[in-house]
Amino acid sequence: MKDIGPRFVLPMAQAVVSKKMEPQLPSLDQAVVVGSLATVVGEVPQINSEILLRDRIGHWRVRWNIGRDRFTVEPGLYALGRPDNQSPVLVTANYKLTFDLLRASLPGRDLWILVLDTKGINVWCAAGKGTFGTVELCDRIEISRLAEVVGHRRLLLPQLGAPGVAAGEIKKHSGFRVTYGPVMAHDLPAFLDDPQALNPVMRRKSFPLSERLVLVPVELVQGLRQVLPLVLLLMLVTAFFAPGSFTEGLLGPGLILLAFALSGLSAGTILTPLLLPWLPGRAFSVNGLWAGLLLLAPLCSYYLPVLGNDWAGRLAIGGLTVTGLALASWYGMNFTGASTYSSRSGVRQEMLRAIPLQAGGVLLGVVGWFVAQWLKRGG
Amino acid sequence: MSGLRYIEGVVTLELDRERCIGCGLCVQVCPHGVFVLESGQAVLTARDQCMECGACARNCPAEAIAVEAGEGCVRGIINELLGLEGPCC
Repeated sequence: MKDIGPRFVLPMAQAVVSKKMEPQLPSLDQAVVVGSLATVVGEVPQINSEILLRDRIGHWRVRWNIGRDRFTVEPGLYALGRPDNQSPVLVTANYKLTFDLLRASLPGRDLWILVLDTKGINVWCAAGKGTFGTVELCDRIEISRLAEVVGHRRLLLPQLGAPGVAAGEIKKHSGFRVTYGPVMAHDLPAFLDDPQALNPVMRRKSFPLSERLVLVPVELVQGLRQVLPLVLLLMLVTAFFAPGSFTEGLLGPGLILLAFALSGLSAGTILTPLLLPWLPGRAFSVNGLWAGLLLLAPLCSYYLPVLGNDWAGRLAIGGLTVTGLALASWYGMNFTGASTYSSRSGVRQEMLRAIPLQAGGVLLGVVGWFVAQWLKRGG
Repeated sequence: MSGLRYIEGVVTLELDRERCIGCGLCVQVCPHGVFVLESGQAVLTARDQCMECGACARNCPAEAIAVEAGEGCVRGIINELLGLEGPCC
């Protein structure tokens, strides 16, 4: 694609640098490819709507954050079923989870799927980064020689691709007219049968419990990766400080520390997403704090007698609670990145307010905890 | 799902009604129903629902919409505040 000249570039969606376009079709040697379709531009890889066990295993793995950045299909043109030169062209991302969701929602259909190189990122996030964008789409049309494959000049894009794509510029530079279809792939069959069936509900991005639930494992795994090493270190230090032998310290106060830290983390990464509509407050950091209270309050009342209801015991429990709440608030706030309705201005505002409190909470809490251990040892 | 509402009064979304040509593309692409088309002109009816994705501004043929678009993601904003280049997610 040629230089498209000066235009209004949104800060987050920078244009990708354009290179020389060699015509290219995706490799036929991919697990998802079931055959090929002879066209004027060559053998286009053919796919179907079937989701096999190995696809499902792949989906399960990425939901647990395993090999997520390698879960891709090759960008380019694919044939779902046996499309002809009047069949619709659907545009999507090269994250295999996205690609599978799209083809699975279109059983029995014959159409073209143009996969953009979004570096293995889903449509909405990639649109935000600009990789599902105007330049890549124009480039991919050219690389795929789409204008020779189809006789019409229509592209169907997912609505959530719109943050990265300027429909007017696509028309100007490729001749193709962009239509934004429904947000969700499962509304596509109804839309393909009758574009008038696209109602305002299909244009809205909701965030139901099921969608929040599938995001939990990645949040949890990433959180554990960050929190566990530090907590294990603090457990060892606790075991040195605490009265009694090292083993007693590790299995006594050490495990209590672990319990509070994991509860704080779980409150932020599991409870906050699940209870999101019902937690008080608009800021995610506040939602996380409430989720933290829910989990940590019972833990407090259980462990206070264990640690001794004296000054040192109360300080110890207080320290752990404050640390746990700060973790819950931080990880709750982190969920803004996965949520479907938080604005960047809002996130920035709550971060500037919450991070000093969260950092202070962890610091004060940990110091309080160790002072308490030292007091117990002295007493 | 009325409980899924974010902080009010912070978004940077602006609509210049003088420029609006009433094509309705903003109404189409907005995932949160922020715009409504009223007698051939776009109207901001739910500004606080805006998540600053930038779809409306990018697709507006009249450049009537301005928004400081960006992903609301903690790591991205930390990188930005520290002046680092870094990915969001």
